[in-house]
Amino acid sequence: MRYLPKSPAERQDMLAAIGAKSIDDLFSSIPERYRLQEALKLPGPLSETEVIDFFKARAAENSGGYTSFLGAGVYHHLRSVVTDAIIQRGEFLTSYTPYQAEITQGTLQAIFEFQTLMCQLTGQEVANASMYDGSTATTEAVLMAERLTGRTRILVARSLHPEYRDVLKTYAKNSGLHVEEIAYSANGTLDQKAFESALKDDVAAVVVQSPNFFGVIESLAPLRDAAHSSGALLVTAITEGVSLGLLTPPAEADIVAMEAQSFGLAPSYGGPFAGVIASRDKFVRQMPGRLAGQTTDSEGRRGFVLTLATREQHIRREKATSNICTNQALCALAATVHLTLLGKEGLGEVARQNLSKAKFALAELENIPGVRRAFDAPFFNEFTVELPRSVKIVNAYLQREKIIGPFVLGTAYPELTKHALVCVTETTPRAEIERFAAAVRRALEQPV
Amino acid sequence: MTDKIKKATRHTNQNEGLIFEKSSPGKRAFELPPLDVPAADPAKALGASYRQKGVEGFPEVSEIEVIRHFTRLSTWNYAIDLGMYPLGSCTMKYNPRVNEFVARLDGLATEHPYQSQELSQGCLKILQLLEKCLLEITGMDAVTLQPAAGAQGELTGLLLIRAYHERNGNPRKKVLIPDSAHGTNPATAVIAGYEVENIKSESHGQIDVDKLRDLVTPDVAALMITNPSTLGIFEERIPEIAEILHAQGALLYMDGANMNALTGITRPGDLGVDVMHLNLHKTFSTPHGGGGPGAGPVAMKKILEPFRPVPILVEKEAGRLALEQIRPHSIGRVKAFSGNFGVLVRALAYILAYGPGVRQATEDAVLNANYIRKHLEGIFDLPYSLPSMHEVVFSDALQKKNGVNTMDIAKRLIDYGFHPYTTAFPLIVPGALMIEPTESESREECDLFIDAMRSIAEEAATNPELVRTAPHTTRVRRLDEVGAARKPILRWKPQASRTEAAD
Ligand SMILES: Cc1ncc(COP(=O)(O)O)c(C=O)c1O
Repeated sequence: MRYLPKSPAERQDMLAAIGAKSIDDLFSSIPERYRLQEALKLPGPLSETEVIDFFKARAAENSGGYTSFLGAGVYHHLRSVVTDAIIQRGEFLTSYTPYQAEITQGTLQAIFEFQTLMCQLTGQEVANASMYDGSTATTEAVLMAERLTGRTRILVARSLHPEYRDVLKTYAKNSGLHVEEIAYSANGTLDQKAFESALKDDVAAVVVQSPNFFGVIESLAPLRDAAHSSGALLVTAITEGVSLGLLTPPAEADIVAMEAQSFGLAPSYGGPFAGVIASRDKFVRQMPGRLAGQTTDSEGRRGFVLTLATREQHIRREKATSNICTNQALCALAATVHLTLLGKEGLGEVARQNLSKAKFALAELENIPGVRRAFDAPFFNEFTVELPRSVKIVNAYLQREKIIGPFVLGTAYPELTKHALVCVTETTPRAEIERFAAAVRRALEQPV
Repeated sequence: MTDKIKKATRHTNQNEGLIFEKSSPGKRAFELPPLDVPAADPAKALGASYRQKGVEGFPEVSEIEVIRHFTRLSTWNYAIDLGMYPLGSCTMKYNPRVNEFVARLDGLATEHPYQSQELSQGCLKILQLLEKCLLEITGMDAVTLQPAAGAQGELTGLLLIRAYHERNGNPRKKVLIPDSAHGTNPATAVIAGYEVENIKSESHGQIDVDKLRDLVTPDVAALMITNPSTLGIFEERIPEIAEILHAQGALLYMDGANMNALTGITRPGDLGVDVMHLNLHKTFSTPHGGGGPGAGPVAMKKILEPFRPVPILVEKEAGRLALEQIRPHSIGRVKAFSGNFGVLVRALAYILAYGPGVRQATEDAVLNANYIRKHLEGIFDLPYSLPSMHEVVFSDALQKKNGVNTMDIAKRLIDYGFHPYTTAFPLIVPGALMIEPTESESREECDLFIDAMRSIAEEAATNPELVRTAPHTTRVRRLDEVGAARKPILRWKPQASRTEAAD
C-alpha cells in the first residue's frame, strides 16, 4: 500500500526485534473471540487515479452549470488561488495545534493576525480562533453570557438563522437555559416593543443577527441600550462577514459570534467553515476556544503562545468554559490569507459590488408584475421578495432553466410561504441576474 | 546587530514582522473584475450603518508580500511532512495529497447546502458511502456524520444517551469517567447536563471492574471509556463492563480517538459498546491543519437511532437520496448544514484508497509503537506494563532524579529534529511521555527517534542543564507563558505594540 513505508522484510525484522512471532501476538490483549476473522467489507483498494475518478463522478452528479441565488448563511464569493496555495503548504496543513510554541511559531503568529483582523472587522477588543462554525459560535456566545451574568433567560430574534436557533436549543436544553423567540417587525428588523416587554432582570442575553436572516440590517444601539438597562448582554451574530467591509462594526455588541465562511472558504456543501467569538477584554476569561498571545522568549525576542489555557478542557476538565478541542484552525488561516489579499481596499470593493449587484437584482425583480419587496429596512447582499405564487413552484421552474432559485423562507417561517430570500454576490454576472429575472417572470406567467 | 543591518540571518531565522507592520496605504493583492451594474451609493443605501472609512488598520500589501509573509511563517512550523510527529492520542499520520485534491473539485467544493437534493445526489452518495464504511468498521447499526470534531461527537453521543433515558422515564444524573480520560470527556458531560463521577483506575491502569459494579447505580446514565485507554492499553474486560452497565440500564460510551489501534482487527459494536465517536482527523487521516478542522461522526446501536441529530440521510424510491430535517425524537441539530462535508470527503478518499487493507495500517501502527517501547523500556520508566497497542506511555521518573522532566525531554527532542510526544496527559501518569508513532513511520524513522530518545536520556544523566534549557536550535527559545497569561496581548495595535515591545 502506497501510504505505508515498510517492506515485508522490515516488518519481520521489527517483529523479531520485539520478540513477537507474528503480528497477531501484538493483539493478544484483545480476546480471541472478538477479533475479526475476515477482512472488513469495504470498497477499494483504489489507486490515486481511481480515487480521483470516483469523486469526479460524484461531482458530476451535482449542480455543475447552474447559477445560484442562494445565500442564507453560506455565500459564493471569489477566492484567490493564493489562499489554497498557502494553506496547502505541508507546514501548515500537516501540523497539530501549536502547543509546542518553539516549532509552531508560524501557526501561532498567523492566529494572532487572525485575531487582530477579526477585532478590526467587528470593532471588538479580543477575538478567539476558532469555533466550529457560526451556529456553535452563537451558542457558545450565549453560554458565555450566561456565565457572565449568572442568568438563564435568553431572548433570541426569530430573524436569527433558523439552524443557529436549532443548535442553540439543542445545547440549551440541558444547560438550564430558557430560550424565547422575539418576533420581527414589518420592516424585517427585531420588534423592539416585543423585545422590551420580554426583557426582565432575569435575561442573560438578547441574540440578534445583522444583516439578519431576511437580509436586513439591524440598528444595534437601541437594542444594546435596552439590554444594558436591565443588565442583559447583547450578542450579535454575523453570517455574512463581507458585509463588515461596508457596515459600521457591531461595536455595540457585548459579544459577536461570526461565521467566517465568506472570507475565502468554499461553500463545500456546508463545511468546514470557521466560527469566531469576539468580545471585550474584560470578558476574556469567560471566552471559549483558543487564543494566541504575544510574549517574549528567554532572549527577549517577540514570539507567540497559546494563552489563558486555564479556560480550556485540557486543564479545567468539567469546569472548562467549553468542551472544544479540535477547532477549525486551517479555515481560520484561509480567512487570514484571504483577508490579507483583499486588504482594506479590496474588502471595501467586494462589499460595494455585493451591495450594487443586490440592488440591481432587486430592481429587476420589482419590475415583474406581482413581485414586491417584503421588508424595507436597508439590506446588504440579500433581500426578501414576496411572489404572487409559491416559491417552491417558481424554483422548480427555475431549475429547468439551470438556475438554483432563492431560499424558500416558508420552510423555516410558515407565515412566509410566498417569500424568497434572494442572494447576489460579486460572483453573479449581470447577464445571469437578468436571465434570472426573466426566468422568474416566465415562471409567474406559467398556468397554474 | 545594529539597527541598520536588518537581514543578517538565513531566511528561516528571519524575524518576519506582523502583516500589519508591512502595510502601506494604496497597496493591494487582489483585483476584482469591473462592476457590471450601476454602482449603488452606500451612504444612501445604508444610511447610518455605512462604514465610510473602511476597516481601520486592515493590511494593505501586494501579492508577493502575502506569499512571502505566509511562506516564511510556514517555515517556522514543524509538520508531519517534515518528520515523525509522535504526539500521543493525536494520531499524526500521513495526510494523502489526493484527498486535498478531491475535496477541492468543482462540483464538490462549490456546492451549496441549500441547493435542491436533486442537484446534490453526488454529495449525498459520498455521505451514504462513508456512513456504510464507518458502520462496517465500527460494527454499529447507525451513524451521524454531523459532529464537527471529537468533542462535539462526545456531546452528541451523550445527548443520544440522555434522550434514550428520558424516553424511558428518567434521564439519570451521572456519567462515570475514568481518571485516565481526555479532558473533553468531563467537559462534555457537564454540557449534556450530567454530573461527572471520576473513577480511579486499578493498579494496571485498567477499569477496576469490581469497583465499577458498586458504582453503577440507577443514577448512572453511562460510562465513558476510551479503548484502547489513553495509556495505549486495550480494556480487556470491556464486554464484561458493558454487561455490568446494561444490567443497571446504563449505557457504554466509547471515546473512539484511539480507533487507529482497532480498525480492521475488532469492532466496538461487537464488544458491547452502545455509542462512540470517531475522530476522522486522527484515524482517517484528514489533516490537523494546525488545530482543525476535524469531524467526529457518532456510531450507535439501534436503540439510539431514533434520537439521531438532524439532518438524517435517507434513501427514497429508485435510490434517490435525501436529507430529512424533521424527526420526532431527534435530539435536534448540533451544527448548521451537513457536517464538515469537505472533511468527510477526505476521510472517504482515505478509506477507499485502503479498502479492506486498512487492517495493515493498524498492524503497522501497533508494530511501530511496540518497536519503540521495546527499545526505550528501561531507559525510560514504564509505569503500566500491560501490552501496548498503538501508543506507549512512559514517565520521566528516572530523569526526574537529575531534575529533568518530561517537558524538558520533549523540548530537547525538538533539537533532534522531531516533534515532541504528548506531555499533558494522561493525568494518572505524572510526567507522562505519551508516544504514538502511527503507521506512517518507516523503520528508519523509528530508529532515528529511538536514538534521539536514548541520547537525551544520556544527556539527562550527564548534562541535565543542556536538556533543561532546550530547545537550542529553534528560531525562538522557550517562551514566557506566564507573562503571556498575566498581561495578555491578544491583538496587534498600531501604537501599543511598539511601546509594549520596548518594556
Ligand atoms: C482521547 C481523546 N478524546 C477526545 C479528544 C477530543 O477530540 P477533538 O479534538 O476532535 O474534539 C481527543 C483529542 O485530542 C483525544 O485524544
